Amino acid sequence: MSTTTTPRTKRQAKEAAGPYGNVSRAVNELDDRLGVAKARTFLDKIFPDHWSFMLGEIALYSFVILLLTGVFLTLYFVPSQSSVRIPMDFPYAPLRGQRVSEAFYSTVNMSFNVRCGLLMRQMHHWACDIFVGSIVVHMARVYFTGAFRKPRETNWLIGSTLLILAITNGFLGYSLPDDLVSGTGLRIADSIMLSVPLVGSYLSFFVFGGNFPGTAVIPRFFVLHVLLIPGIIIGLVSAHLFLLVRQKHTQFPGKGRTEKNVVGTPMFPVFIAKTQGFLFITLGVTALLGAFAEINPIWQFGPYDAAKISYAVQPDWYMGFLDGLLRIFPPIEFASFGHTIPLEVFIPAVVFPGIVFNIAMAWPWIERKFTKDNEMHNLLDRPRDVPHRTAFGVAFFSLLAILFIASSTDVLANFFHVSLNTVLWAMRILTILVPIVTYPVTYFLCIEMQEGGRLIGKRKTANIVHRTTEGEYIAEPAAVRPGDGHHELDALPVPSFIEGIDEELEAPHEGELVEPGVRAVTR
Amino acid sequence: MTTENHDHAHDGSELLSLDQVTASSPQMQPLARDPKTMETKISALFVLSTLCFVGFGVAYWQDANFWLYGALLGTGMSFVGVGLVAWGKYLMPRGPFVEERHELASTPEERNAFAAALVERGGVTIKRRKVLGTLLGASMGAVGVVSLFPLLRSLGPLPGDTLQKTDWKKGTYLVGSNGRRVHIGTMTVGGSMTVFPEGLQDTDNGQAVDQTMLIRLEPNYPESNPANFKTKTGRENWGPSGYVAYSKLCTHLGCPVGLYEQQLELLVCPCHQSMFNVREAAQPIFGPAPRPLPQLPLAVDANGFLFAADGYTEAVGPGFWERS
Ligand code: FES
Repeated sequence: MSTTTTPRTKRQAKEAAGPYGNVSRAVNELDDRLGVAKARTFLDKIFPDHWSFMLGEIALYSFVILLLTGVFLTLYFVPSQSSVRIPMDFPYAPLRGQRVSEAFYSTVNMSFNVRCGLLMRQMHHWACDIFVGSIVVHMARVYFTGAFRKPRETNWLIGSTLLILAITNGFLGYSLPDDLVSGTGLRIADSIMLSVPLVGSYLSFFVFGGNFPGTAVIPRFFVLHVLLIPGIIIGLVSAHLFLLVRQKHTQFPGKGRTEKNVVGTPMFPVFIAKTQGFLFITLGVTALLGAFAEINPIWQFGPYDAAKISYAVQPDWYMGFLDGLLRIFPPIEFASFGHTIPLEVFIPAVVFPGIVFNIAMAWPWIERKFTKDNEMHNLLDRPRDVPHRTAFGVAFFSLLAILFIASSTDVLANFFHVSLNTVLWAMRILTILVPIVTYPVTYFLCIEMQEGGRLIGKRKTANIVHRTTEGEYIAEPAAVRPGDGHHELDALPVPSFIEGIDEELEAPHEGELVEPGVRAVTR
Repeated sequence: MTTENHDHAHDGSELLSLDQVTASSPQMQPLARDPKTMETKISALFVLSTLCFVGFGVAYWQDANFWLYGALLGTGMSFVGVGLVAWGKYLMPRGPFVEERHELASTPEERNAFAAALVERGGVTIKRRKVLGTLLGASMGAVGVVSLFPLLRSLGPLPGDTLQKTDWKKGTYLVGSNGRRVHIGTMTVGGSMTVFPEGLQDTDNGQAVDQTMLIRLEPNYPESNPANFKTKTGRENWGPSGYVAYSKLCTHLGCPVGLYEQQLELLVCPCHQSMFNVREAAQPIFGPAPRPLPQLPLAVDANGFLFAADGYTEAVGPGFWERS
């Protein structure tokens, strides 16, 4: 509330505003209009201290980097397939005088002639790989700890949609420079569309505006890549964060943690400091990768030419599992009644990813079918305590990993000096065998670990093993050293003041909460 | 409440209340054993980062190497980041702090009131006006369907039979990428080249659809007596002077089958390693390609130039629904 009586003097006005001077005045002004002071609890929002909660932050910050570098790239990229001749004074000699599309020319031009252009391009590409990667790892964390359970199913759905959008946008962006490798990727995408029964050729013609390659695809993909899909991603990320604040964080079980509270560090200023730190670290790592790790050097591939092919065709890593399955799938085309269904394309490239993403999205409901568990869950599971879920997840990921490896059958054959045929059959057998083996192995490992891990939240003390002269081994518990005990302080409600931290006090030496020399460990 | 208390009793801790918090509570102390040293370290990081950023400015002004920009920017950012994280982790109150979760669910009364509002207001406005509701539904349905026309149909022409055809016709001369016709003396045995229909070598369609691999399998014969190379029954006259021509589009996913393995007489697709036996009608012998590459019937004119004796007899490239 602002003041009710009109102050006479400046001093009175100052006092009326509140004890914190300008800040008080600013809060008053904002609160008159927006009621911001009611949102103070937002500053107190508690974030659990566990390293695995950082994975989602990395995803968010790599998306921020994608937006920043992406805006830079749009200033120089020309989304057009009309042809231009590369000038004779172009810095990279092998391209001089070649007829290429404007998309290709503007991309190599920004790499060679715009200061920081190449850095921004490589940072953009690396940030994309990190974005998709951190979403996958973040989802794995959410999966294996059961964080997707009621009430957070909606956020799981939003998250998996974001993964699909991230992969799609990665592919669209990869296609834009119109170089030899991305053009081959587009040709493959076109053939995959064609493989869809009934509507395949219409799908292909509507995407490419006619027969492949046409001249429409790059301008179209550009609009999708820089406007439509990022727009949807921003909307969904906002919804994701809103739900996260509304439903509050999950946390691992531990001292003082219940289904009804959250223990950790407050939003302001502790979490803000750390999370902004992570933003800068992500930026720093991406910039270093962009500087020192060459990625997608399209001037070496050359412009797209439908009749040429590069021998190093490798999609970005997140497409690898599809490429792998396409390689090892048997050639079983269905052709009769005057129609063809290219099953050797349709099943691995359309049906299989469809199943993978549908299982992923529907997982909270699939699991509920088995567990009949309709309770609210704010405390996380340890993966070993839910052996079937963990085993299924490991089997699922190991299947994808094998398919990813299968995407380089030729490299493997060269490397191990065996025939391509041997590698092919090895991969076919492993694809079926590995998930079947990893499931029970993980399951029994979990059961085994449950037996051993009764000491939740406590570190085991070290043993010293002696060998006697007779060759017998004897284990003796080592003397307890400072730092061995897992000392956690009791959780405090967030005080409104942070000032007055007494650095002389040397708190660890005070009182009986902490023994001398033992550092409290926040988890 | 009882269960909550029980939980606390169970792990031997209690929630402290706010008035127990003082500036000297251990939770309010920094985690660093020696905050002064930590502060010095973090200051050093921030100073270094400033130097890096200034260095970046200088490098940009001097138009330095691009990796120097990245190195300075990246190192500077990493220093700031590590400094901030250390500040938060070691110099701010170590916690832990706790907040209560508020029940998300409303009371049964509130739920009932909400459902009642929906049903009863809806009942008044919709149920009594069934006709209006139906008509509105019909109108929305109609606009939903017709909006597909501009959204989808405008995107491209209908495929028709374009996917079934190529530009190769009876009498089309073969040309290389330089546009010159191919004489039967051009290639020695084991040679291969990419050919296009004459005049279309620089067009999108010529390159994407019509591209064809020309391979010489047998030695030269006198022009008066052109020997034909037969790859399959019914193709007795398709390979004059030991030349054969196959569509260069892989029947798997349409990559150009650009690699001719001369010793084994195999065409290899670099995308997923499909291999086609050139002597036997390009039958696939390895890999995921389901069909042989279509063969183009060739002929030689009086001057010794190769031309197509006919177009392709089947659709080239990957499979699709309308392909018979
Ligand atoms: S495209 Fe030729 S093998 Fe896949």
